[in-house]
Amino acid sequence: MTKTHVTTTVNGEDTEFLCEPNETLLSVLRNELQLTGTKEGCSSGDCGACSVTMNGRLVCSCLVLGVEAEGAEIGTVEGVSNKENLHIIQEKFLEHAALQCGICTPGLIVSTKALLEENPDPTEEEVRYYLAGNLCRCTGYDKIIRAVMDSAEVMRGGA
Amino acid sequence: MVSVVYEAPDSVQGAVALLAGAKIPARPLAGGTDLIIQLQAQKNEPCLVVDLKKISELMESTLDEEGLHLGPGMACAEFFSRDDIRSVYPGLVEAAQLIGSTQVQGRASVGGNLCNASPAADSIPALIANSASCVIVGPSGERRIAIEDFVTGVGENCLGKGELVRVIEVPRPADGTSDAYLRFIPRTEMDIAVAGVGASITLDDDGTCAAARISLGAVAPTAILVPAAAQALIGTKVDDEALLVLADAASAAAKPISDRRGTAEYRRHVVGVLAKRAASTAAERARGN
Repeated sequence: MTKTHVTTTVNGEDTEFLCEPNETLLSVLRNELQLTGTKEGCSSGDCGACSVTMNGRLVCSCLVLGVEAEGAEIGTVEGVSNKENLHIIQEKFLEHAALQCGICTPGLIVSTKALLEENPDPTEEEVRYYLAGNLCRCTGYDKIIRAVMDSAEVMRGGA
Repeated sequence: MVSVVYEAPDSVQGAVALLAGAKIPARPLAGGTDLIIQLQAQKNEPCLVVDLKKISELMESTLDEEGLHLGPGMACAEFFSRDDIRSVYPGLVEAAQLIGSTQVQGRASVGGNLCNASPAADSIPALIANSASCVIVGPSGERRIAIEDFVTGVGENCLGKGELVRVIEVPRPADGTSDAYLRFIPRTEMDIAVAGVGASITLDDDGTCAAARISLGAVAPTAILVPAAAQALIGTKVDDEALLVLADAASAAAKPISDRRGTAEYRRHVVGVLAKRAASTAAERARGN
């Protein structure tokens, strides 16, 4: 099978890669681009561990073909901090101990960022619904929700 | 995953030519939230995947005096952010908003939900309640089919080789009409319907039901239109008595299976309760219109 050449943007940087047409974006990110922050969980779109943004929309990278990234803008967890400092969401996840094993954390950080860009002042119920596609196998949901609510408040400039 | 030949044509004609001329099994790709999982499960035969997302007319929806022209590939997240569409078809938009997680909604489309033809698909009863049809394009031209006739069995639709859904047409509702969609799931989010009901109700000036369409999901191999349930409401004020007759008609029309989500008996009961509530909500909305 001939590999396909794909030109895309990942975390704001022009990026090129070669992939098999049946390779998922998740596999490309981890195995071709060495962006291993994005985690593989269920590989069937149920757990959200592989969440990335594609043209501004939150998606499961296990349900996207690498070839579909042609001309798209991809955002991964590696693009959340500014390299020097952690993003407020990342700081708040640490402060609230909103992670145990950490497998769900990159997906939750990416999803939380997408949520707060769409809705800077969500209710707890809205947060719980928006993040329902991000499963935490340690079941540490309460601390995660507190970290998200606190992030939202700080990002709105309320604290 | 099975090996894939990937094409992304920029016109409907190009997509039809690729699908019709394929020497190997060929599948159109919209959001991929069902297709990619299905391809992962296959091992042997290679598959031609024709990505429809570069075809702009399949990705856009317009609302005019005739009604809604729904681009089948438009992502659900984009569809339910359209307040103009929600104001005319609140139930249809609710149904699209229930499909999968936030991540799935970023990719999944109403057209994909229709073509995947799951008995539990949320958008299908809502489309049927709204008298929607789809225009199918293929090598020998175009044909139109009502949504209730499009799905032919569990995971099966009426598309022939080389055919795809070009547009889903939802007629503009008559004055005094509104719709609703309700489903029952064990979780509060991200689950597959145990039962679902789409309802569209038209009330005349004094609040009497002039027309209705009630469609059930997840209680038969395909979503079904239940004229007896609609008949229970027509000529009434959609009062409690009429709603009880409607619930019985819905339960009687259901032909569910028992599985881990619920027994057949339970589904028959729940679909009646949901029908009552969905009709009640649609009528309440219609009174406000």
